[in-house]
Amino acid sequence: MTVFDVQKIRQDFPILKEKIRGKDLVYLDNAATCQKPQAVIDSIVHLYSHDYANVHRGVHTLSVRSTDKFEGARTKVKEFINAGSEKEIIFVKGATEAINLVAQTYGKANIKLGDEIIITAMEHHSNIVPWQMLCEQTGAILKIAPISQQGELIFDEFKKLVNDKTKLISVVHMSNALGTINPVKEIIAIAHEKGVPVLLDGAQAIPHITVDVQELDCDFYVFSAHKLYAPTGVGVLYGKQALLEAMPPYQGGGDMIRKVTFEETEYNVLPYKFEAGTPNIADVVGLGAAIDYLNTIGMAKIAAYEAELLAYATEKAQSIQGLRIIGEADHKGAILSFVLDKIHPHDIGTMLDSLGIAIRAGHHCAMPVMDFYKVPATARASFAMYNTKEEIDVLMNGIESLIEVFG
Amino acid sequence: MFDDLRDLYQEVIFDHNRNPRNFRIIENSDKKVEGFNPLCGDRLTLYLQMEGDVIADASFQGSGCAISTASVSLMTEIVKGKTEQEAEELFKKFHEMTTGKDENFNLEAIGKLAVLAGVREYPARVKCATLAWHTLDAAIKNEQQAISTE
Repeated sequence: MTVFDVQKIRQDFPILKEKIRGKDLVYLDNAATCQKPQAVIDSIVHLYSHDYANVHRGVHTLSVRSTDKFEGARTKVKEFINAGSEKEIIFVKGATEAINLVAQTYGKANIKLGDEIIITAMEHHSNIVPWQMLCEQTGAILKIAPISQQGELIFDEFKKLVNDKTKLISVVHMSNALGTINPVKEIIAIAHEKGVPVLLDGAQAIPHITVDVQELDCDFYVFSAHKLYAPTGVGVLYGKQALLEAMPPYQGGGDMIRKVTFEETEYNVLPYKFEAGTPNIADVVGLGAAIDYLNTIGMAKIAAYEAELLAYATEKAQSIQGLRIIGEADHKGAILSFVLDKIHPHDIGTMLDSLGIAIRAGHHCAMPVMDFYKVPATARASFAMYNTKEEIDVLMNGIESLIEVFG
Repeated sequence: MFDDLRDLYQEVIFDHNRNPRNFRIIENSDKKVEGFNPLCGDRLTLYLQMEGDVIADASFQGSGCAISTASVSLMTEIVKGKTEQEAEELFKKFHEMTTGKDENFNLEAIGKLAVLAGVREYPARVKCATLAWHTLDAAIKNEQQAISTE
C-alpha cells in the first residue's frame, strides 16, 4: 500500500461493521485490546482446519507443518522488533507473564537484600506488583521515579535514583493511562553507564511505534499480542541472548528439557528453556499473521496517521468546557485520558455506550497514577489505525450532549 | 439523544446526584464504615447515629458516579427512623431488585428505591447501586473494616 487508506483497512476488520445498541460501533478502547483483522482470524481457522498438531516432537507431516508455522511466527516477531536471533524471542501468555518471568528468574538470581529496582510513577500494575513481590522475597527496595503534572518522567529525578545499588530498571515504553512515550534511549544510556539492565514494558507501544530492540539497546522488551491486532493469550519476552543464557528457567516441564533422569535434568537451549509445556500454537500463528498484515501497511505510516488522529482529538477535546485532559506529555501516543467536571467516568462510559461508542472508564490498572492526579478514575479514548476523524466527531458530540444532560 | 438510558438515568437520579441528601459528617457517630468499589475507584464513608436499634440519623461522604451517589443519598433518607432489622430487609429487597433474579419483583413494594431498578439491564453498573447498601449492611453488623464490592 502506498498511501494510508483507512477505509480499506476498516474493511479488513469484520467487527467494525457491528451495530451496538442500534448504532454504528465506534471502538475507542484499543489500549485495552485491539480488534482483529480477517487475516488473523483466517490464520487460526486455517491452522486448525489444515495444519494443526503438537509442535517440536512429531515426525509426522502435520507436526512438521504446525512446527514450521509456529517457528515461522517466531522469525516474524524477531524481524518485527529487529532482534538478533530467534533465540531471543520467548513466547509467553502476555506482557504480564513476561515481566513476572524476568522478576522470578533474572531477578531472583541477581537481586539481593538492599539492592534497588527502579520503576516510574506511571507504570501499569503489571510493572509494579511483580517487583513488589520480588522485593518481598529478596529484601530489595523498589524506587519510584516521579512524574510531572504534564505526565512526563522527571528525568533529573530519575537520574538521581540510579546508583551502585541499582540492579534493574523497568520502565513503560508508552503509558496506558496517560499516553506518554518515555525517553527510553536516554534511560537506557544512563542505566548502561552503571552496568544496569533495562526492561521496557512495550504493551502499549508495540502497535503504535516502530520498535528496534537493537537500536534501543534494551536488555528486555515485553509485549502482548492482543494489543497488536493478534489473539489473546500470547505475549513475547525479548531478552539479550547472553542474559537469557545465564538466567535459570522459569517453569519446569516438557519442551524445556534436553535430558531428564530422576537424578538431574539438563535444560534445553534457548528459546525453549523458557517455554515449558505445549505452547499456545494457534494464537502464536495468529500473531505471525498480524505481523504480516501490519507489514503490508507499515508501522511508520500507522504512527503518522495515529499522530494525526490524536492531534485532532486533542484539539477538539480542549475546546469542550469542563473537560480536563489527563496526560499532556510532549511525546505522546494515541491515547486521550480525560475527566469531566462533576460527571463520573463510569457515567460517561455508560452514556457513550448507548451511542455505540466504546471507551474505557476506570483506573486503567494504574491506581498510583489516579492517586497522583487526585481522580478516582478517568475516561479514556484510545485510538488504533482503523479509527477515523469522523469517529472522533461522534465521540466529541457525545461528550457535549452528555454534559448537557447532566447539566 | 440518550433515549435508551431513560430507565437507568431517571430524573430523580440526576436530582440526587446534583444535590445529594445527607452529604455531611456526623461527628461522634455511633457507626462509621467505608465502602470501596475497586472496579471504578468509588469510595464512600457512611455514618450512622443510633437510638437503641433504630437508625436515628444517617449521612455520607465520598465521591462516586451518579448511580452510586443517588443510591447512597436515597438510602440515607429512607433508612432514617428504621430499625436495623427493617433496614436489612430493605437491603435484601433492594439486592433482589438490582440483580434482577426475580422477574416478578414487585416494584411498588420498594417505594422510592424503584428508581434504581434500571441497573438490572446494566450488569456492569449493579455494583454502583449496591455499594451503599453493602456498606450499611457492614455497619449494622459492626464490621469495622472497609468493605469492598469485589
